[in-house]
Amino acid sequence: MPPTENTPTNPSPYETAGTTAPSTASASVAPSSSAPPAIEFKDVEKSFGSTTVLKNLNFTVAPGERVTLIGPSGSGKTTILRLVMTLEELTGGYIFVDGKPLTFEERDGKRVELPKKQTRAMTTRIGMVFQQFNLFPNMTVLDNIIEAPIHVLGKSKDEAVKEAKALLEKVGLGEKADAHPTRLSGGQQQRVAIARALAMSPEILLLDEVTSALDPELVGDVLAVLRDIAETTDITMLLVTHEMQFARDVSHRVMMFDGGQVLEEGTPDQIFNNPSHERTRSFLSSVL
Amino acid sequence: MIWNWEFAAEALPLLLRGFVNTLIATVVGTIIAAILGLIIAVAIRGLPRWINWLVRLIVAFIRNTPLVVQLIFVYYIFAGIPGLVDVPALVIGFIVIGIHYSTYMSESYRAGIDSVPPGQHEAATALSLPPVRTFTAVVLPQALRATIPSLGNYAVAMFKDTPFLFAISVVELVTSAQQFGAAKFAYTEAFTLAGIIFLLASYPTSLLIQRLDRRLATY
Repeated sequence: MPPTENTPTNPSPYETAGTTAPSTASASVAPSSSAPPAIEFKDVEKSFGSTTVLKNLNFTVAPGERVTLIGPSGSGKTTILRLVMTLEELTGGYIFVDGKPLTFEERDGKRVELPKKQTRAMTTRIGMVFQQFNLFPNMTVLDNIIEAPIHVLGKSKDEAVKEAKALLEKVGLGEKADAHPTRLSGGQQQRVAIARALAMSPEILLLDEVTSALDPELVGDVLAVLRDIAETTDITMLLVTHEMQFARDVSHRVMMFDGGQVLEEGTPDQIFNNPSHERTRSFLSSVL
Repeated sequence: MIWNWEFAAEALPLLLRGFVNTLIATVVGTIIAAILGLIIAVAIRGLPRWINWLVRLIVAFIRNTPLVVQLIFVYYIFAGIPGLVDVPALVIGFIVIGIHYSTYMSESYRAGIDSVPPGQHEAATALSLPPVRTFTAVVLPQALRATIPSLGNYAVAMFKDTPFLFAISVVELVTSAQQFGAAKFAYTEAFTLAGIIFLLASYPTSLLIQRLDRRLATY
């Protein structure tokens, strides 16, 4: 269990877009809702050149649900997150966010690409944290965080700065507002990246192996921050991680991928303690 | 001794007057080249294919013909257009030099823009930043750090190319030296001083660029 002494305890400044009460991290039952799924993959296909990574993929993620994707490398987990963030072009099928098409829609039986502007309006509800942090090195920590709230959401600078500072406090980096990202450790950079994503008040947060590039002793602080978000907000989370204990603690559901297909899915308890597939068993024994 | 201090003292003010034109041509030419170079780099990247193709063709044409030919060509074309006859040769000079060097600077910008890691574009997409904002706030500031030192080197190269303005009768530093040398038959004094003035101006600039390069290498 990683150390969690940096876990902030003050009341959460995170804004949550939904209206449901915050769920707890230990919840094993996914939030049920009559609202459309936060994310829906319908017959999704993704190929890079002649290599098909995902084929006929169908799944939904409920609002407020936290889903962990596990599986061997090359199984398409990261591609799924990148498709939701529109970092990859969908080669077949449809993705819906809150019931609305994200990049393509069906019109008169034809698959039509949506205008970029419309897609961008959808992606403002989605945040992503990357393995390599991807902070803007030409901006201070504070400027990294207020950039999108000001230039995408149209917030005033005062408001954006106030919220950014609260978020920095929350991730334990209140005194680093004026530092440049290159002066921070990997763990600190990643916490800034999390704060930057949260500053957009996302309904959906995509976490792509956010601790994989970190030194082991820095992983704990980042996981503590994420655990706190899971406990105090109802942000829908889709995560790819190799931190199985963390996945077990915060997820409502775990999906095991292999060869671009969902091999099996279930609660963390089912998947980690009682997997039904031999492939899942061997994968888990190799990473646990 | 072929060196005459009297001639040298007499030549210096004339040369410095010529040097003013050299400086004007270099500074204005650099500004034109830096702005136009960026526009070309962006145009080649983002515009429809046929404009892209046209821009590339013009760039290739300008790069593959000598600056002095371009100067003379444009000078006589302007001289042939009624109403443009009065455009000073110096103005034609810095415009042509600026355009000439913009084709080289555009390549530096392109390399600088390409050096911005894909993760930066991805982070901008993840934040839903519009393309123009992504370019001006994220890509360009990072690209410029990689570009500015090489723009500086081109500015120094441009400075050393200003004697070509002689071809269109602009009296810059080297033309002044030539004129003085011819009048007094004191070429040694005139051109030695001209060389020293060039050296005194461009060597510190080169050092400055080197320092800038080191400073820009880290944030």
